[in-house]
Amino acid sequence: MSTALKNTAHREGSRILAFGAARGDVDVVNDDLVGPIDSSDEWIRQRTGITSRKRASKELTIDMLAETAGREALEKAGIDGSQLGAIIISTISNPVQTPSLASLVGERLGAHLVPAFDISAACAGYTYGIAQADALIRSGAAEYVLVIGAEKLSEVIDPTDRSISFLLGDGAGAAVMGASDEVGVSESVWGSDGSKWDVIHMTNSLYDMRDNGAPWPTLRQEGPTVFRWAVWEMAKVAREALEKAGIGPQDLAAFVPHQANMRIIDEFAKQLKLPDSVVIARDIETTGNTSAASIPLATHQLLEDHPELSGGLSLQIGFGAGLVYGAQVIRLP
Amino acid sequence: MALTQEEVLAGLAELVNDETGIATESVQLEKSFTDDLDIDSISMMTIVVNAEERFDVKIPDDEVKNLKTVKNAVDYIVGAQTQ
Repeated sequence: MSTALKNTAHREGSRILAFGAARGDVDVVNDDLVGPIDSSDEWIRQRTGITSRKRASKELTIDMLAETAGREALEKAGIDGSQLGAIIISTISNPVQTPSLASLVGERLGAHLVPAFDISAACAGYTYGIAQADALIRSGAAEYVLVIGAEKLSEVIDPTDRSISFLLGDGAGAAVMGASDEVGVSESVWGSDGSKWDVIHMTNSLYDMRDNGAPWPTLRQEGPTVFRWAVWEMAKVAREALEKAGIGPQDLAAFVPHQANMRIIDEFAKQLKLPDSVVIARDIETTGNTSAASIPLATHQLLEDHPELSGGLSLQIGFGAGLVYGAQVIRLP
Repeated sequence: MALTQEEVLAGLAELVNDETGIATESVQLEKSFTDDLDIDSISMMTIVVNAEERFDVKIPDDEVKNLKTVKNAVDYIVGAQTQ
């Protein structure tokens, strides 16, 4: 008989202990963007619900945004970086391919020798991170995990693009998760649909730049196709997440979808038939679409505006380029 | 039983009205969704998804781009019904 191997004991659940936030330091209003896209403030408001978006000045880099958000979350959670069992950062706009943003930010936060890695799951990246952190904690592999969504999307926009550039903002949102005797994060519903790989994409690859003199790559999307998928397909995912959590819409205190576009948020809420008692995050109006950062940023704002939501249940769902999606119900810290 | 062109037009006009508030009598065959009715791409997609449910047809994303006029949409739905 072979010798038995040892491993960590499983835990019952995980929960989010605290959120942290950092936004771009410049308010970019619609009138600042309308010239190159031959548009108007009204046109942008009507199609997106955005009045202004937060963008970071040149000096405010993505690692600084991530560090600020992570530090706030750690402080609020009352733990030290050295106590982390892992740090996961989701980003699509880190200017270097390697090393990871997570190992740089983790070191600054005192997480020396802590496992650190980045994930690429675009606007679903934060919910992917929460799914992984929950699994790490419940498996016993980590007691605390820091999940950050960090983006400086203003570096990958084209001022003349009418498909997505005018939506985008910069920021980082962080969540510290810890072990819990009760379930504080429901089973994640997550997946990908690679048949729609190019529906949201970069204009060209690094190879195109090197070999063919292609310009700096920027983001594009097929808006109507994304809208249809983000509302009607994602409504199915959201319902499945509620079902797996064993709750109904009436049990929710808050709904925090990825802040992609106000029209998506409005139609999404309509499809889910949420009762009026559910507070819906609409951070996009003044922050813009910050991809992986949008859900933790919006939740952070929601808890500042509505502290009474603390302890309530929130349905969060991310969806974006891949196409990828992730949803879970969390208990708000 | 498949609906006639007139019946599809009447149903589509109701869906347009629900989404945009445009009077049903303004939704006429020769009207362009964008130029005459001023319907943006997001509202158009909402109307398309609701039309799929109401008329029990499939309207793929690639096809939506070809539905420039109300007649284009009505003809497509009438044709899709009978397939």
